[in-house]
Amino acid sequence: MEQKYDIIIIGAGPSGTVTGKLCASKGLKVLILEKRPEIGAPKRCAEGLGKPDLERIGYTGKERFVTQKIDGGILITPNGGTIDLPPGPGGYILERKVFDKFLAYDAAKAGAKIYTKAHVFDLIRVGGKIAGVRLMYNGEQKDVYCKIVVAADGVESKIARIAGLPSGNTPNTIESGYQYEMANIDIADPHKLYTYLGNEIAPRGYIWIFPKGSHIANVGIGIGNCNEKTAKYYLDKWIAGNPGMSKGSIIEENSGGIPIGGFLESMTTDNFLAIGDAAHQVNPLHGGGLAEVSFSAQIAVDVINDAIKSGDTSNSALDKYNKLWWEKRGKNLKKIEKIVHMLEKVTDSELNMAQSSLSGQDIIDLTEGKTHKLIRIMLKNPRLATLVKYLK
Amino acid sequence: MVLKIDKNKCLSCAGCVSICPKDALTLKNMVLEVDENKCIECAICTRFCPVRALRLTTNL
Repeated sequence: MEQKYDIIIIGAGPSGTVTGKLCASKGLKVLILEKRPEIGAPKRCAEGLGKPDLERIGYTGKERFVTQKIDGGILITPNGGTIDLPPGPGGYILERKVFDKFLAYDAAKAGAKIYTKAHVFDLIRVGGKIAGVRLMYNGEQKDVYCKIVVAADGVESKIARIAGLPSGNTPNTIESGYQYEMANIDIADPHKLYTYLGNEIAPRGYIWIFPKGSHIANVGIGIGNCNEKTAKYYLDKWIAGNPGMSKGSIIEENSGGIPIGGFLESMTTDNFLAIGDAAHQVNPLHGGGLAEVSFSAQIAVDVINDAIKSGDTSNSALDKYNKLWWEKRGKNLKKIEKIVHMLEKVTDSELNMAQSSLSGQDIIDLTEGKTHKLIRIMLKNPRLATLVKYLK
Repeated sequence: MVLKIDKNKCLSCAGCVSICPKDALTLKNMVLEVDENKCIECAICTRFCPVRALRLTTNL
């Protein structure tokens, strides 16, 4: 490990490696530090990604990290009613362990230097300003210097907090998640994503089936944070009640926090920026963060490159990243966050009404922050009309 | 009271690390650790944990 780089990226998840690859291909000297022994494992993800999002980061969908093509979804209301979600441009279920490695291969090929088992535990400051990182590597403490530190350390976001950003979560900005990868289960259509709603089965959240093959899927749950029972309890109970699921075998277990908002007004400080889950860049309706990387990495890299080439890496130079992200992504994600808070107040019988009043396209529009149709429907119902204020 | 981590249940997902308002939890070499000097026993992490690997118990 050398002593000085242009950019040090903490975390080799997709945010870290995509940012690293793009920075390195601009000719910057990049170091990526991952504290785990293996990039991509353990996964904390249902592994779905839209076709346009994958293409935006430079892949075709023909790579070997794609396990299944997806062409639409099915939303199941608490009474068992279904709403077909249109396929749109389509998407994929990935094998994250392979996908994350692919991103790391390409970052390394572009010239970024990557180390695993390199645990950054502090930032170095010179004259009060961030100037590098302090890490443990091979049992030794090392100091490495750079012009800009990029925190891509995921939900934990310890580094962004050390930098002084309020990147920690509160019980309202994170859901409690649990997931099994299951084999030998029955899936009606293995090219659809299944989403089960209902406060009985998943209080303030939902259960998902993301198929990775005809009889293999990620079966998971995200629930709000105020429950007596655990996410694992609710998921186990639901699986036990579904013979097509309970006959299957569990081949992997994952748990984790699913960020659902709490966006940061500023994700930068002098010589520092945060990206990805560490900066709460997620869609609050489903907790998906992978698609956001395809937007934010490009925004970050353009700003980083300009800052380094002009010799000004101060907060006022990096603030362009905040402005561009809020304009291109944040504004809309903030609208979606409001939908989530409104939905938390909706009862199961009101959710059942969605089947007769909302089309699949209306639901897709909601996940993209378009609420006009929803508001029109809500205003027709006296109780739901009182919830419209949460959307404004 | 003291925060106890059941290492057999913990899957090292680190959700609790991000939710701790006092930054008292750390994942070190994939093992969760609590800094008892920082912990204020607020129980936010115990409610969050997807597997109830965290518990506040009386220190006997």
